[in-house]
Amino acid sequence: MGLFILRRLGVMLLTALCLTFIVFFLTNLGPNLEKLAKTQGNNRMSDAEVVQWLENRGYTRPLVVRYGEWLGVAPGWTRVAADGTETGRCVDRGMTIETAPTFCGVLQGDLGFSTVSDNEVSAIVGGRLALTGWLMLIAFSVMVPAALIIGILAGMKEGSRTDRTLSTISIASTATPEYVSGVIFIILLASSTAGLSPWLAENGWIEGRTLFLGSSRSAMEDITFWNFTLPVLTIALYGMGYIARMTRASMAEVMTAQYIRTARLKGVSFRNIVLKHALRNALIAPFTVIMLQIPWLLTGVVIVETLFNYNGFGWTLVQAASNNDIELLLSISIVAVIVVLTTQLISDIGYVYLNPRIRIS
Amino acid sequence: MDPLTWSGSLGPFLNPLMLGCVLVFVAAFILNIVMSLIGMRQAEPIVNADHTISYRLGAPDYMLLAMKWAVFVFLGAIMIYILGGILQPSMEAKGIIGGVGAQFLPVWISLIVIYALSIRFKRRLGLYGKLFDNLIGMIGFGLVMFWVLTAIFAPMIATHGPIDVISGLRNDPPGTPVSGGPEDAFPYYLLGGDALGRDVFSRMVAGAREVLTIAPLATLFAFMVGITLGLPAGYLGSRLDTFITFIANMVLAFPVILLFYLLVTPEIIEAGVPVYMAAVLFVLPIGFLWVLLYSRFRAQPHIIKWVAIPLVLLLTLFYLGTVFRFDPIVWLATSFIGYLNQGNPVGEWMQTTRDSYEPLIGINIDGNLLIVFVSVVFVNSPTVYRIVRGLVLDIKTRDYVAAAQTRGEGPWYIMLWEILPNARGPLIVDFCLRIGYTTILLGTLGFFGLGVDPESPNWGSTINEGRRLLTVYPHPPLPPALALLTMVLGLNLLADGLREESLKD
Repeated sequence: MGLFILRRLGVMLLTALCLTFIVFFLTNLGPNLEKLAKTQGNNRMSDAEVVQWLENRGYTRPLVVRYGEWLGVAPGWTRVAADGTETGRCVDRGMTIETAPTFCGVLQGDLGFSTVSDNEVSAIVGGRLALTGWLMLIAFSVMVPAALIIGILAGMKEGSRTDRTLSTISIASTATPEYVSGVIFIILLASSTAGLSPWLAENGWIEGRTLFLGSSRSAMEDITFWNFTLPVLTIALYGMGYIARMTRASMAEVMTAQYIRTARLKGVSFRNIVLKHALRNALIAPFTVIMLQIPWLLTGVVIVETLFNYNGFGWTLVQAASNNDIELLLSISIVAVIVVLTTQLISDIGYVYLNPRIRIS
Repeated sequence: MDPLTWSGSLGPFLNPLMLGCVLVFVAAFILNIVMSLIGMRQAEPIVNADHTISYRLGAPDYMLLAMKWAVFVFLGAIMIYILGGILQPSMEAKGIIGGVGAQFLPVWISLIVIYALSIRFKRRLGLYGKLFDNLIGMIGFGLVMFWVLTAIFAPMIATHGPIDVISGLRNDPPGTPVSGGPEDAFPYYLLGGDALGRDVFSRMVAGAREVLTIAPLATLFAFMVGITLGLPAGYLGSRLDTFITFIANMVLAFPVILLFYLLVTPEIIEAGVPVYMAAVLFVLPIGFLWVLLYSRFRAQPHIIKWVAIPLVLLLTLFYLGTVFRFDPIVWLATSFIGYLNQGNPVGEWMQTTRDSYEPLIGINIDGNLLIVFVSVVFVNSPTVYRIVRGLVLDIKTRDYVAAAQTRGEGPWYIMLWEILPNARGPLIVDFCLRIGYTTILLGTLGFFGLGVDPESPNWGSTINEGRRLLTVYPHPPLPPALALLTMVLGLNLLADGLREESLKD
């Protein structure tokens, strides 16, 4: 078990290195740097000025060296201008080359500086991650129980009418991407001119003009039922179908097992068979699926945060990518990659741990 | 002219009927659940004395019957609406529902023909025919075919051009009469106008064509890439397997949306990344085809000579022309003639031709479209790879593979002609699912405005345009959203039906 985890960790580290290098490579392509120079410096710079601007900021050196600097394994560049001012990767305002640290990269905890929001990257990412964490937490606490109940009910009696109805519902939910369900939810529940809200407001059954709020900007300070239901519902709906189908498949498989038949023949009631015998074994497979669903939901989070104007992690990703905010984008991709790889690791370990057949052998 | 009503002349009769159906359905559904909760059972078969079986229907059975009939009557009412739309002459009588139904006339006719023929001959049509034994599969197939036929007949169905602007109709509600457009234009905006004054209905129809050309093609390429890599990885194993699996897992660990944001930008296109990626991804299918033909017909040189080599050469030319905009024939010919005519005008003319020619074979794909296509293929192929690899690992232990090995067949023959045909069932099912997923991905790209022309009627970008004024004008984004939903749903149901029927074998 220890060796297994160690090997997985090694592969994970290698993957993380490769992925961050790819992101580094793509964000540091020539045209991207030129765009950065023009947005940061002057929009009407000539080509020579652009090259000069990039050279002054250490962008013209080889890619691998700069990746090493960013990672914190190569010493940061330094430069003494003609007028004696000292600049460098690690040299902050008011420092000289001597007083500044030699290494400053991810390993030293320095994520860099966001050019667009004019702030330390670490300060931005932390707060945004917390906001998204709330969204994910609530979405998961709605999605997972609902999906498990649907899956178990459907898998209990394979081929029954309940099974067919619930399976079709879960297929429909996987077929509805967030940008479709979000738009439909807003029109149905949060529009002052269409859907249910005008009718409810006319009868005086709701206080405001709409049943729910179509924008979750206010949820960043204060999460309420009114402003947070729609984004949570939108995320939960798309993820739910997949987990439900996996649970159903796993449950249906368990229900055909020998020991279930034995229990049935012994005269155990159906309720007890489901709750005491089948459920525990049927929930192993959905556990891995639920863990793997987290990175899958990342795309959904980006869509939902954009659609509902919730300035979390996904929204920051969109901002960083569309403004070519290189350091911010790199940090975001590290976080995303770490989230993906950790969930994979947990799901692997969890699968081994939960499944006695693998754990003991 | 007055704006159209939703239901036209049939509305006063059919609307109450449909409302009644919905109420009956909901009431019966709730009653049914209550009854099952208090322990009432559905009728169980009773064996009579003369060995016949009969049922004594109880209250829950009547509830189920009521639900069934409510659905039938509801569907019947919708059909009458569509028929009314086709048969009634005036637009006022048709209403919006009837008008839209009438526009889809070619689709309805083709659907009826396809279904009639398929059900008539379903016993001779293999897996496709079996689909018509399965209600879910039939519904899914119907939804998919509806959009496929819409894409085929798009110019006949659309009432206006997808980018024709009539500025007086900005954000106008469905059924608004057209004024201020050209004389011979269709007299109504059936589903209203969008923020720029374009017809929502026509854009939805035109979007079907756009979505349905890119999505299946991209999925097909992803499959070819996944199969070309997955077969050797699964069959040969060892280092190759470890290496490709590592790469595949790496791509899978990349959050899709981040990859799209990094890849689909004008700067990346400027740097030529899509061309490199296309160069790698598109060469795999050609290699695949060559190995496929060579391993089978190695002993028949005339087939290799007259079919395999010309086909592969043609595809290579096509590949060079499409990806690199390079045509070796023109290049060689102009260089040669230019070399013979050094120093005279013909030589110079050849020189300029060589520098600025358009390849004879190959499609000029716009950089934006190429990057969208390549990224979608790139994102999809690792999953296909994993599925293929898993299937190969399973199938390679079978007896017929051992038999082929014993008679001395080469590894590629076994992979392509023994293993691949036997893996087709799960692959076909996954293909259907994956087209749906690709459609969702393309919609995501459109939703973020990545790599698509803002004028394009693509469903994703239309939803994106409409969402800014969503709470005030809900009608522009709703039709493309529902279109995307029904198409993906259709593909998922179709895949489910296919899976169920293929498992029955």
